[in-house]
Amino acid sequence: MKNVKTKQEASTASALRKLSPFIGRYWVGLAASIVLAGAMVVLQLYVPILFGDAIDLMVGEGRVSFDGIASYTGRIIMLVCISAICTYFMNLINNRIAFGIVREIRSKAIEHVQRVPLSYLDSHSTGDIVSRITTDTDVLSDGLLLGFTQLFSGIITVIVTLFFMFSKNVTVSLLVVVLTPLSFVVARFISSRSFNLFKKQSEIRGRQTGFIDEIVGNQKVVKAFGYEDRASSRFRKINDELVDCSQQAIFYSSLTNPSTRFVNSLVYACVALVGILLVPGGGLTVGGLSVLLAYANQYMKPFNDISSVVTEMQNALACASRLFSFLEEKEESPEAPLVFGSVKGAVDIKDVSFRYEKDRPLIEGLNVHAEPGMKIAIVGPTGCGKTTIINLLMRFYDVDNGTISIDGTPITDITRHSLRRSYGMVLQDTWLKGDTVRENIRFGKPDASDEEIIEAAKASHCWEFIQRLPNGLDTILSDDGISQGQKQLLCIARVMLCHPPMLILDEATSSIDTRTEILIQQAFDTLMKGRTSFIVAHRLSTIRNASLILVMKDGHIMEQGTHDELLSRGGFYEKLYNSQFQQV
Amino acid sequence: MHNLAIYLRKFRKECVLAPLFKLLEALFDLLVPLVVAKMIDSNAVVMGKKYMFIYFGTLIAMAIIGLAFSIVAQFFSAKASCGFAGSLRQALFDHIQGFSFAELDRLGSDTLITRLSDDVNQVQTGLNMGLRLLLRSPFIVFGAMVMAFTIDTTCALVFAVAIPVLLAVTFLIMKVSIPLFGRVQSGLDRVTALTRENLTGVRVIRAFCQEKEAVEEFERSNKALTRLNVFVGKVSALLNPLTYVLINIAAAVLIDKAAVRVELGALQQGEVVALYNYMLQIIVELIKLAALIITLNKSLACAKRVSGILDVKPSMEYASPFIEDAKEGKSQANGNGSPAVEFSNVTFTYPGAGAPSLLDIGFKAYEGQTIGVIGGTGSGKSTLVSLIPRFYDVDNGTVSLNGIDVRNISKAELCNETGFVPQKAVLFKGSIRDNMKLGNEQTTDADIWEALETAQAKEIVEKKPGMLDFEVEQGGKNLSGGQKQRLTIARALVKKPRILILDDSSSALDFATDAALRKAIHALPVTTFIVSQRIACVMQADLILVLDNGTLAGKGTHEELMSSCPVYQDIYYSQFPEERNANAKESMA
Repeated sequence: MKNVKTKQEASTASALRKLSPFIGRYWVGLAASIVLAGAMVVLQLYVPILFGDAIDLMVGEGRVSFDGIASYTGRIIMLVCISAICTYFMNLINNRIAFGIVREIRSKAIEHVQRVPLSYLDSHSTGDIVSRITTDTDVLSDGLLLGFTQLFSGIITVIVTLFFMFSKNVTVSLLVVVLTPLSFVVARFISSRSFNLFKKQSEIRGRQTGFIDEIVGNQKVVKAFGYEDRASSRFRKINDELVDCSQQAIFYSSLTNPSTRFVNSLVYACVALVGILLVPGGGLTVGGLSVLLAYANQYMKPFNDISSVVTEMQNALACASRLFSFLEEKEESPEAPLVFGSVKGAVDIKDVSFRYEKDRPLIEGLNVHAEPGMKIAIVGPTGCGKTTIINLLMRFYDVDNGTISIDGTPITDITRHSLRRSYGMVLQDTWLKGDTVRENIRFGKPDASDEEIIEAAKASHCWEFIQRLPNGLDTILSDDGISQGQKQLLCIARVMLCHPPMLILDEATSSIDTRTEILIQQAFDTLMKGRTSFIVAHRLSTIRNASLILVMKDGHIMEQGTHDELLSRGGFYEKLYNSQFQQV
Repeated sequence: MHNLAIYLRKFRKECVLAPLFKLLEALFDLLVPLVVAKMIDSNAVVMGKKYMFIYFGTLIAMAIIGLAFSIVAQFFSAKASCGFAGSLRQALFDHIQGFSFAELDRLGSDTLITRLSDDVNQVQTGLNMGLRLLLRSPFIVFGAMVMAFTIDTTCALVFAVAIPVLLAVTFLIMKVSIPLFGRVQSGLDRVTALTRENLTGVRVIRAFCQEKEAVEEFERSNKALTRLNVFVGKVSALLNPLTYVLINIAAAVLIDKAAVRVELGALQQGEVVALYNYMLQIIVELIKLAALIITLNKSLACAKRVSGILDVKPSMEYASPFIEDAKEGKSQANGNGSPAVEFSNVTFTYPGAGAPSLLDIGFKAYEGQTIGVIGGTGSGKSTLVSLIPRFYDVDNGTVSLNGIDVRNISKAELCNETGFVPQKAVLFKGSIRDNMKLGNEQTTDADIWEALETAQAKEIVEKKPGMLDFEVEQGGKNLSGGQKQRLTIARALVKKPRILILDDSSSALDFATDAALRKAIHALPVTTFIVSQRIACVMQADLILVLDNGTLAGKGTHEELMSSCPVYQDIYYSQFPEERNANAKESMA
């Protein structure tokens, strides 16, 4: 337990250290903020004293010094205005610093996303990284803002209050200093009780959310099986449990304020009593007592502020350390200097081996040679390494051993951009931007004209449905606006527009019906005439005219040849091919 | 919003008592300065120290009573807010269970999930804060003014002017900044969406070398959000300094006025201290009130959204289960040999869609037959089969089972008659047995094993530790796609339905398993609908329906369609290219 805590503290400390260069840039603003906070606090605490002095000038009937009072109130108004201006500018500066820091960290993070190896992104959940870049930075900004605004002013307030109080009366001040910690004890006692209840509450709430996700997320299945009533009664059980627990948790935690207020009231009463007994002896004036009473009320506030700020800051730094652990993730290996001119399209895969996990071999000693203009098809059961070859060709992953070269140049000797520009790629996973159809089609060629876009759309047989969309090319795509097949067609149009020297299709037409698929196939054949292409396919009918079919199983090439060669060989391919015609 | 009030009514007592006790507590808060003033003004020397201790005792007693009241108030408030949120959540969940597919499509499950969790929680927080503070803060503010009037009318006029001004300033700033908070939130949503896009699209972005552009786009949103945040900060940072200045100016004026009253002998020094303390109490409560308004504003928006869902009426009503006429009609119909499923002139449009998804469809499927449904993506195959269990109501025409219009069949009966296997294989968290019992709680293990065997899933379950007790994780994550598909098929079979609908539900199976599955199902005495893109899956059906853009392009057996239906021929040849060559040669010869 102790170990965990020290580790946590260490990571918090290191997060603070890593954050300091971001904060350091704003040192002028930060210094100004501290000066303003100091001025604000001193003035805000000095004003009650002036009020007290003014009250002292009105001793009783006919014994009021109007001149003195007028000069006090004049000073009060002036000081209050200055203090307010200080407060406002301090807030502005703090805002600017906190949001500026967060903006910078976010920019860094998104640039980092473009440069970390895919192996990192593939092995971490998207939701987790998104929450680091957005939610965590948000918590960080809140924490920084609160920290800047309240931490300094809180500390200065405590010091100045003590100074002013003691200058008025030592006995009463000692009383306040001794008694106030009582409220901490009370607050700590209550929060330790409610902490366990809150923990239990969040556990039950988690279960409930899981249940809601499952049932409401699949409401149609629930309906189809007439499960609604049973779902409701299961929900009722968790819900009742939650209500019970939240009631207790909220009740206990809401005792904190009344209890600390109670302690404060006790302190207040004591100050009043002791103070009033001191007045006749001249130890304290009435105005002085009113100041002390005001301070007794206020004295607790900065403590509460500071403790909540510390919690908030700890929270913020925990988020920061999660964020930095992402930002410090190693980037891809540095770029090679070479840039391709024109690509002929001879691809050579030589003795390549690769594994995602060190102890699980995947691709071993792979050799493929593609002459310019060849159409290479890769087939095989799921998990055999088809998509991995594409990851290696595009250099999304680097090979462990062996080389892949294009026109005789190893792909590690050329820049990634220049390598990737020589391929057009369509994946089974149809990713589109949340933007207009136009922007999506010209994604790889942002300066394409509408004529070019329409031409590409026609070639990929999606122009018809684009025209039927509410705003044509200007329709903004949303997740459920168009079907999976239509999304695939748009991804194909996106590639068609680029006229790439080589092509990679990974199950690119899996959601498109077989009739349209044939038309797309023909379009690709025209587009890729004389250019090299790699095609991963599930439906074997689509790759019959490939110049070379690689049949893969468990990371190895089992057979290779043309469709007719493989069929006549009567091996794995033949079995795979004929199984689709099997009849009952 | 009044539809939420029903759930609050259950906690009427608590909703009255919580604020009431809060007010009583506040009353004691207000009395404190008055007691202190008495202490100051009744000079200790003249009155004797005894009086001072009495006043002190009074202060302590007031503190204790205040604490007690406050604890009672917090208790009622916690009870009311949690209880209300709990019954609201249950009601909302039950309400969603009653939605038909049309409502589910329109609202979307993400929205419903957010309403059930985040929104209801926010309503709970709002109610809790509201019960505790909504009355208390204004009560203290106005109470302070009333107390001031009891001390001195002339001085109290300062309160009467200061309070409206302070309230006006507070509300003005809130009015400007609250809509801005909404804009900040949508700016943040945009940044989140772009972040997600950058991560999910990382392969495409890198493949198209668009890294720089992606960063630039993100930067634009990021900068806009920062600018907005700084601007909102400028506005909301005004609140504290402004109210601070105003209250102190008011206090200064109060002192000036009080000086005159003291000089005239109308006011004592201790009373001035009390007046000054009341002034200070106001600002503390005003700041609390501002924070409360922000919370309440959020909660109200959430409450409105929840209420909006409760307002949605399920668009479908089912026949009551015990209509004797219908039952008689059914047995008669059976005797007459009515088709198990009949579509006549069915036209259907999805709610909100511009064009019908099915147009004038008619066919008859007899008991025990296998019906294949084939067509391109978006041709209406899934839509057609989802009309059989009445997931949607048709615009025109009728869908009838055994001669009875589905609209005249009770929900339970529809559910028992039909077994539906959706495209997306969904299993729930729980044991395999629990999952199999989804359609019928009373099913025996023997029935389950029988269904598993038909669905070619027996082997899968036998290999799992604990077999039927094997725990399926949420979303079926610990099973492969093919395993999930076979289990969902078994789940539908467990119900022993008379009509089985397989909506492209064997796509993850290899060809051999798929064939074995079809063979096993064929041996059962059920009317089966098979939706597929694969000709091989439907070739042997007794009746094949060919859909093209929502119309029935052909119906008949494989042989009939091969000779008469061009759409079917196209699909066939796209999957069996060598046959086209063979046929072409034949016709040449």
